[in-house]
Amino acid sequence: MPTKIEKDSISGQLTTGHEWDGIKELNRPLPKWWVYIFVATVIWSGVYFVLYPSIPGISGYFHGLLGYSTRDTVEADVAAVVKQRSVYMDRIAALPYDAIRRDRQLLAVAETAGRIVFADNCQPCHGAGGGGSPGFPALAAGNWLWGGKLADIETSIVFGIRGGHDNARQSAMPRFGVDAMLKPDEIQAVADHVMVLYGKSTVGSPAGAKIFAENCVACHGDAGQGNREVGGPRLASRTHLNADDRATVVGQIANPRMGVMPHWNTRLDQATIKSLTLYVHALGGGE
Amino acid sequence: MFIKHETIEKNAFLLLVFTLLTIAVGGIVEVIPLFTIETTVEHVKGVRPYSPLESRGRDIYVREGCYVCHSQQVRALRDEVERYGHYSIAAESMFDHPFQWGSKRIGPDLARVGGKYSSDWHYAHLMNAQSVVPESLMPHYAFLAQTPLDTGDLVRRIKAQRMVGVPYTDDQVANAAADLKAQADPAADNAALLRRYPKAVTVPGDGRSVTELDALVAYLQVLGTMVNFADPANEKPRQ
Repeated sequence: MPTKIEKDSISGQLTTGHEWDGIKELNRPLPKWWVYIFVATVIWSGVYFVLYPSIPGISGYFHGLLGYSTRDTVEADVAAVVKQRSVYMDRIAALPYDAIRRDRQLLAVAETAGRIVFADNCQPCHGAGGGGSPGFPALAAGNWLWGGKLADIETSIVFGIRGGHDNARQSAMPRFGVDAMLKPDEIQAVADHVMVLYGKSTVGSPAGAKIFAENCVACHGDAGQGNREVGGPRLASRTHLNADDRATVVGQIANPRMGVMPHWNTRLDQATIKSLTLYVHALGGGE
Repeated sequence: MFIKHETIEKNAFLLLVFTLLTIAVGGIVEVIPLFTIETTVEHVKGVRPYSPLESRGRDIYVREGCYVCHSQQVRALRDEVERYGHYSIAAESMFDHPFQWGSKRIGPDLARVGGKYSSDWHYAHLMNAQSVVPESLMPHYAFLAQTPLDTGDLVRRIKAQRMVGVPYTDDQVANAAADLKAQADPAADNAALLRRYPKAVTVPGDGRSVTELDALVAYLQVLGTMVNFADPANEKPRQ
């Protein structure tokens, strides 16, 4: 208890009146503005505690008087923007491609939406503008594996390729080397023939051509023109799925790599997939 | 009733008792709500412990500091939900010790990256990100493909996770090595693996040995895929 409040002779301040073994303490209270703000924050914490979700209870937690929930908020936000876009997106979802393409305004919306979705979801593999990279097909070159019509593109996007969906496009190239279907010198001969088809060599191999005719034409075509029914790549082409050097060709015959594309029907809605289809079709390779 | 402050200050025993009482009030206020914390944990279908290969991949993810540039948390904000998919819920990382929510996005969020790209793409991208994404800032992790995965302490790692509450079954512990091999070999019979770890993605690997890269890709491919949010049977989590 304060015993003797006195004035300190050096600083001119009052003391608290406490005294410990001769040591006294100046009374320097906190600034008023600080104390008021502090008290206000304490009161505010009580208000906040009551208004917003704050504390776990016996069954569940206290939801707060306002019933605020970030999850409800985000769902309302998403619903609002979906409604806003529905002016266009509902029509894109409902109309056939021909009708969308006749409506220039609608087509512009679809291609813009497609471009944005492409950049996030497709560009990592297929490259900006659908340029592709070794192992990941170019979309702008017109050298389609599974077809370049709008319906073909949509099917590829919706179900994917070898990605595990029940309706995914499926095909598998035999492992001619690993499974010993061809001898090493036969693989070399076929590779010679493929390099001719690629247009990178004029030195063919009659033996290779014969093996090609027996083993490869079903998927790659008798003149290497490819087969879109099974996604067999066109070999008689200037652009290729994989690198076009001979070593890659040999590796691909011996132990082929086959691309996998995820299915997008669980990530993207129908109007978005159609927009994306129109965008990909317009990249330069559409048929 | 009133004990003078001076009395307390001058009596060590009284000071001790009252200090203890004062601190106990604060302690009780902090501790009691924790007894009911279970009531706030939401449970959703599908969340399972990581398969042995995924778990080791997760170790690589932590070791390489992927969390420094990649978050694993789709926040409940419209832009995020539109870009990445359903917002993350706490139950999805209930078996993460520690969770990898992260706080920085130099690269994109990875909470829903599983199944978004092919495994081939992950290999190409991790080895040399610029080969597939020219504008990428990501460092190259090609050395992971040269580094055999250390599986010597696999069972002990899984048992350690079990000690901190991850519900690995005895069956899962006993078959850890076999499951790890099966997931890294496309030619292997993975029925048993998928029974123990549904939705586990088999990675192509190179067929010779299991590398750290195989493990990392297996981990990335399962991220965000365990819960099927389109399934109405999954009770809508409320927060």
